[in-house]
Amino acid sequence: MKLLLPETVRDALAHMAGRDGVTTPIAGGTDLLVHWPVRLGERDRTYVDLWQLQELKPLRWTADALILGGLTTYWDVIRDRRAGDEFPLLVAAARQVGAIQIQARGTWAGNIVNASPAADGVPALMAYGAVVVLESQRGTEEVPLDGFYTGYKDMRRRPDQLIVAVRIPRRRYSYQTFAKVGSRRAQSIAKVGLAVTQSDDGWRVVAASMAPTIRRCPAIERLLQQGAVLRDSDDLLPAIARDVSPIDDVRSTAEYRRRVMARVLYDELRETCGWR
Amino acid sequence: MSTVQVVFTLNGAAVSLDLDPAERLLDTLRYRLGLTGTKEGCGEGECGACTVYLDGLPVNSCLVPTYQVRGARVESVEAIAAERLGPFLAQGATQCGACTPGVVMTALWIGAHPELLETHTIRELMAGNLCRCTGYDGIVDAVSTALGHGEPPV
Ligand SMILES: Cc1cc2nc3c(=O)[nH]c(=O)nc-3n(C[C@H](O)[C@H](O)[C@H](O)COP(=O)(O)OP(=O)(O)OC[C@H]3O[C@@H](n4cnc5c(N)ncnc54)[C@H](O)[C@@H]3O)c2cc1C
Ligand code: FES
Ligand code: FES
Repeated sequence: MKLLLPETVRDALAHMAGRDGVTTPIAGGTDLLVHWPVRLGERDRTYVDLWQLQELKPLRWTADALILGGLTTYWDVIRDRRAGDEFPLLVAAARQVGAIQIQARGTWAGNIVNASPAADGVPALMAYGAVVVLESQRGTEEVPLDGFYTGYKDMRRRPDQLIVAVRIPRRRYSYQTFAKVGSRRAQSIAKVGLAVTQSDDGWRVVAASMAPTIRRCPAIERLLQQGAVLRDSDDLLPAIARDVSPIDDVRSTAEYRRRVMARVLYDELRETCGWR
Repeated sequence: MSTVQVVFTLNGAAVSLDLDPAERLLDTLRYRLGLTGTKEGCGEGECGACTVYLDGLPVNSCLVPTYQVRGARVESVEAIAAERLGPFLAQGATQCGACTPGVVMTALWIGAHPELLETHTIRELMAGNLCRCTGYDGIVDAVSTALGHGEPPV
């Protein structure tokens, strides 16, 4: 493998621009190192290190947004008291990612680009209306996270672009919840993941492990927006069928996932929505 | 294959190495530097047997490419004074011992940060250290004892 060690974001973007062929950025390495080239024989790959780019590390608060850096880790967010107060789902999600050893190294941007349909960071960000800030030598581009994924591991990021920030607008939330059904509490991959928020911008319902990408659920959001009165969790199944397309795999079946999603959503929302 | 020069602080002493950019910190410690206290369990970030401190935070050394510790501070289990292990021996926190170096690293880190227990339980903070033998109760007890002292791990 070839390794490039830029010292500034500018240098990193120059490397990403294709001068050295296709390059893979590496941040905390918690996804990339699991299949590290020594084992895959990908010795011809070129990596661009981001870990040294301290300018991308800090998170920032502005009057109307929390801005995560391109290298902000889960632990950086867990430690930030204001994040816990204002964006509790971010902290709840971060605490679900592996354990401290992973949280200390894993980054939000890495979670977004790794694009696992079962990721924990992405649903929380999406439920808060996060915007991905991409940069390349050609300039800056902003893509709302809920429009970022175009298919399984496919996304609106060109190979020369780095995520340099993730902007999360500050809104007043009247309801927010994060739920993950896995086989055990800690360090497990989600069978069904949910992040739900209600703000002056309306409802956002985000499902993980229920489709080739993490995605919003417009049919369910419509039900909630209309104030539909439901009698039990089965009433959610038609909307769930429209919004997601789960699969059978080693962790679970499609049928089980749909039912679990209906039950969890129903239980989480019944009080707020005045359902039985 | 070009090598990369890596200068960092390991257990308080400066180290300078030229190495393959793909080399993992776990292998650098064990095979290049002969510090075999750090163990490899899974090699995939799941078990925590390879836990070391990177700039004061516990990380899995099997998932850290060594080149990324340039300019950083690394502590391995060899930096821990033997007498700090007392509670782990006394309270049944170790049986076969395979997990123990990693457990000790995470446990003493928690011990040095009692404020974490305002938001976290010991079990949650220890979730990245798998143990097939003890059932974790002894480990949690030993961490509680370490907390009583509140000393920095190294
Ligand atoms: C034991 C273990 C448990 C885990 N548990 C969970 C879990 O419970 N939930 C969960 O969601 N994830 C989990 N993960 C996955 C992983 O920790 C996260 O996806 C993490 O956020 C990845 O971040 P990283 O910085 O380590 O990424 P890296 O491995 O460095 O990179 C991941 C991908 O992102 C790209 N990339 C990184 N940064 C940028 C950037 N700034 N711009 C453009 N591309 C970039 C890389 O090229 C690569 O494709 C787990 C991993 C392990 C090893
Ligand atoms: S060997 Fe590193 S976590 Fe298991
Ligand atoms: S003592 Fe045997 S694995 Fe923990």
